[in-house]
Amino acid sequence: MKPAPFDYLRAESREDVLAQLHEHGDQARIIAGGQSLVPMLSMRLAKPALLVDVMHVESLSKIEATDAGIRVGAGVRQARLLDWATRDPRLPLLAKALPWVGHAQTRNRGTVVGSVAHADPSAEQPLCLLTLGGTLQLRHRKKARSIPASEFFVGMMATARGDTELIESVTFPAAQPGTGYAFREVGRRHGDFAIVACAAVATHTGVRLGVGGVADIPNVRELPLPGASDFDDALNQYAWDLEARDDLHATARYRRELVRRLGRETIEEALRCRN
Amino acid sequence: MPKLIASMRHAVSLTLNGRKVEGQAEPRMLLSDFLRHQLGATGTHVGCEHGVCGACTVLIDGLPARSCLALAVQSDGADVKTIEGLSPDGGHTLGVLQEAFREHHGLQCGFCTPGILMSLDGFLRAQPDASERELKEMLSGHLCRCTGYATIIKAALHAQQRLKEERAYA
Repeated sequence: MKPAPFDYLRAESREDVLAQLHEHGDQARIIAGGQSLVPMLSMRLAKPALLVDVMHVESLSKIEATDAGIRVGAGVRQARLLDWATRDPRLPLLAKALPWVGHAQTRNRGTVVGSVAHADPSAEQPLCLLTLGGTLQLRHRKKARSIPASEFFVGMMATARGDTELIESVTFPAAQPGTGYAFREVGRRHGDFAIVACAAVATHTGVRLGVGGVADIPNVRELPLPGASDFDDALNQYAWDLEARDDLHATARYRRELVRRLGRETIEEALRCRN
Repeated sequence: MPKLIASMRHAVSLTLNGRKVEGQAEPRMLLSDFLRHQLGATGTHVGCEHGVCGACTVLIDGLPARSCLALAVQSDGADVKTIEGLSPDGGHTLGVLQEAFREHHGLQCGFCTPGILMSLDGFLRAQPDASERELKEMLSGHLCRCTGYATIIKAALHAQQRLKEERAYA
């Protein structure tokens, strides 16, 4: 399996990237780590005319703490954010979820923003961004905008990014006091895409459960605390509302059962982890 | 760097196992093919070619990575280490990892072995005291259809011990 031909440009500045996107629109694709894009190219599911490599643009390679949270630039590799998250108590969900992203060998090259941009429904990083209520910073040649993750994922591998926009960074909100975070996943092999992935944020009054791998986009829902009389019904309703489908990895029924069981376990772990 | 045109071959230079080398690549050429067909480093094996099997794993700038998920042009200027660089004297004797795999029968057909060895080389350098669980988790990035993994893990643990002893003497 070999990619179809394309031109390649190693961008040296953000302005280089934006000028290329402006000129070529949907004929151009950004390549960062390439761990999702190169297989798409090899299988010829993607046939861009031009690849713009952003990994040598220094301004995109930063991890920064801002008022809104931890901002991760388009050139930040997953292994680097995992290393950061294990040392920074402000990112407990990512410290738990990133070891599930691909394998160590792919995390060494794959980027956080690249996975979010790719928007695979079973990918961990889009799920975490959505569950935490994160935002994306997009830039067009003339203007910049910030949008919440809840508006970014619009369908299977489809996003609200405009053809001439660069996703400059994503921002993960910092952990809040009194809040617990947990992540769990079931897949065929550690590092494979999730059959079902769950991310939970728990406070003293309620929980938020994010589910990936079931619907076309990651989903998130507020639920009562597990002790409440309506918790089981609410979780069961959520599992049904995701409209799971059968595929070669699992049946819809199995996926619903995973949402119920794994969802509960993840929520319970998040509750235990409240600080 | 100017735009590299799809239909043309472009010079790509990198450091391969400590030596500066140069070859020619169209932008769409994968690093795995560049290593094998342009640089003659055929020890890197190509399996699934979409990042699942791990057979093509090499070290790029010191870190294990799939060479089938990198483009040759992306790797211009990089430092790449392949299985050919694992022997201490260019292939006459075996390195510690290779010796451990031979001793413990960590390979049968050997197709996946170069990738596994390169992952272990990078991993044990970065985490010399990794637990068996961490080692297994890292090895989950490789598929071997012969041995059932038990001997691979045994060989890896043995090599880890040997490397520790070597460091203690050094």
